[in-house]
Amino acid sequence: MLSVETFLLVSIVKIAIAIGVLLTAVAYTVWLERKVVGHIQNRWGPTRVGPFGLLQPLADGLKFIFKEDLTPPHVYKPLYIAAPMLALTFALTSIAVIPVGNWVNVAGINTPLQITDVNIGLLIILGVTSLGVYGVALAGWSSNSKYSLLGGLRASAQMVSYEIALGLSLVGVLIMAGSFSLRDIVQAQSGTFWGFIPRWNIFQGQIVAFFIYLMAAYAETNRVPFDLPEAETELVAGYHTEYSAMKFAMFFMAEYANMITVACLASLLFLGGWSGPLFGPPILQAVLPLFWFGLRVFAFLFLYIWVRGTLPRFRYDQLMSFGWKFLLPLAIANLVVTALIVALKA
Amino acid sequence: MVPLSYYLILGGILFACGVTGFLIKRNIITIFMCIELMLNGVNLTFVAFAAQWQALAGQVFVFFVMVVAAAEAAVGLAIIIAVYRTRETLNVDLVNLLKL
Amino acid sequence: MLHLILFSLFGVVCVAGAINLLVQTHPINSALSLVVVMGALAVEFLLLGAEFVAAIQVIVYAGAVMVLFVFVIMLLNAGIEERTNGSRVALRLGIPGLLIGSVLIAWVLTHANTHSVNVGALPGPPKTIGWLLFHDYLLPFEITSVLVLIAIMGAVVLAARPESPRKES
Repeated sequence: MLSVETFLLVSIVKIAIAIGVLLTAVAYTVWLERKVVGHIQNRWGPTRVGPFGLLQPLADGLKFIFKEDLTPPHVYKPLYIAAPMLALTFALTSIAVIPVGNWVNVAGINTPLQITDVNIGLLIILGVTSLGVYGVALAGWSSNSKYSLLGGLRASAQMVSYEIALGLSLVGVLIMAGSFSLRDIVQAQSGTFWGFIPRWNIFQGQIVAFFIYLMAAYAETNRVPFDLPEAETELVAGYHTEYSAMKFAMFFMAEYANMITVACLASLLFLGGWSGPLFGPPILQAVLPLFWFGLRVFAFLFLYIWVRGTLPRFRYDQLMSFGWKFLLPLAIANLVVTALIVALKA
Repeated sequence: MVPLSYYLILGGILFACGVTGFLIKRNIITIFMCIELMLNGVNLTFVAFAAQWQALAGQVFVFFVMVVAAAEAAVGLAIIIAVYRTRETLNVDLVNLLKL
Repeated sequence: MLHLILFSLFGVVCVAGAINLLVQTHPINSALSLVVVMGALAVEFLLLGAEFVAAIQVIVYAGAVMVLFVFVIMLLNAGIEERTNGSRVALRLGIPGLLIGSVLIAWVLTHANTHSVNVGALPGPPKTIGWLLFHDYLLPFEITSVLVLIAIMGAVVLAARPESPRKES
């Protein structure tokens, strides 16, 4: 067991690394999206800044920093300034309980590859997702403009509605793993069936829950096909109409950070986390789980972007009735069936 | 090693703030929020006693208090919306006639 | 020692949030300070070892009930509240009365014979609460689910827009 000071120091180092990796991942997810959507639409995407446009996020970041930060006079200033910060804070907080690998021994200190392993990890992520609604609602209201208010109300109503389906779809996974801790859930998926099919939750009957989770997560992060609240052709720009420069960039980053959190969670809960063939010298064996985890997260982000380039968007009433009248009963049915099967097996 | 009375005093202070707000505020929604504050103070007291006597039933009761508070908030806010539609005001002192 | 520091820190945040709720004139500021109070209370629950209760405090109370409050404040465009005669009387009488009451209660509590509570004193993972809910307290659980259903129906009926008379063509 580590002493208090060592534990604090190690945690601070892990937090710094996690935030750095997350922010870089956010920047390059934007690059990936522009490239992939461009290719889907038969054009190149960013190609000029650096090879393959790889320095484009850097140029975008510089642009946001130097852009004029306009604060319209009619806004409610305290909440106007606080809302993007709230959105970004809550988007970055859920990375604290996401494990990316097994325990490692660095310089004689045994530590898990996770900032903290609480035994209610999944509930914390759901809680932070619930709190993320505030950033959107307050941004829409404090901007004191009709487009922003409507966009903010619609976006927050959508997020609150799909949170329920999101939570219920995860209960099936919880029943099978028996614990809220994310590390325990991943470890319950270790091993294989018949020697080669991995014992992932998606193969253990949670395929319906997987698709419910995917759809609810697309709606939670306000992405196509559920991105009506921020579609340019519908409501100017929804709740971030009145925002410019750095504050707009914070909303942008919050959205992509939420996407990455959702992708990480899906790979942990349904696709077995960081399991994969391990080979080579011990140093490679310590790094390989990170690689397998990163591969799954990348696959999810690619799926997100692919769906964005392909599907049209839902109308708002279609969106709400889909969430309440289809996803919620389906999630409850999935929960009941899973519970029955687990109870009958035991 | 925090004495139990500290937790009870904190719960008591929250409850007292809730009662004060209930009495001095004039906006219906703020009065409702003071009710929620009172319920939160009571929840803290429940959990503190559950920790002292190692009785998990305290936590279960907090769960029920939260559910009832959520149901009450939903219905109460619906009533507030209905009152606002007819009286056009959220000030309790101005909602003082049985018939408009 | 660390327990006392953490308890005091989040206790101060709770009380500051509660007093801010009383002092602010605009309801949206009061709502946000109540969210802060609920978050700090969730940490206090964690210090007592009630992790499940802390998590549902954040998910249900701060993340759903308070969002509902914020929605209603936004929809009804509640403004800064005015001072009327009744509120002045209540201020002059209420605040001293409550201060006296709280001092009395605090005095009684600190002189009572109570033990100290350890950090994380409550035993068990959330599994044990689930067991209790579905075995010993099954009837209240089912009744609260019916209560929530009634509340949903009531809220929908009360807040529904009055139907406009349809034109017969």
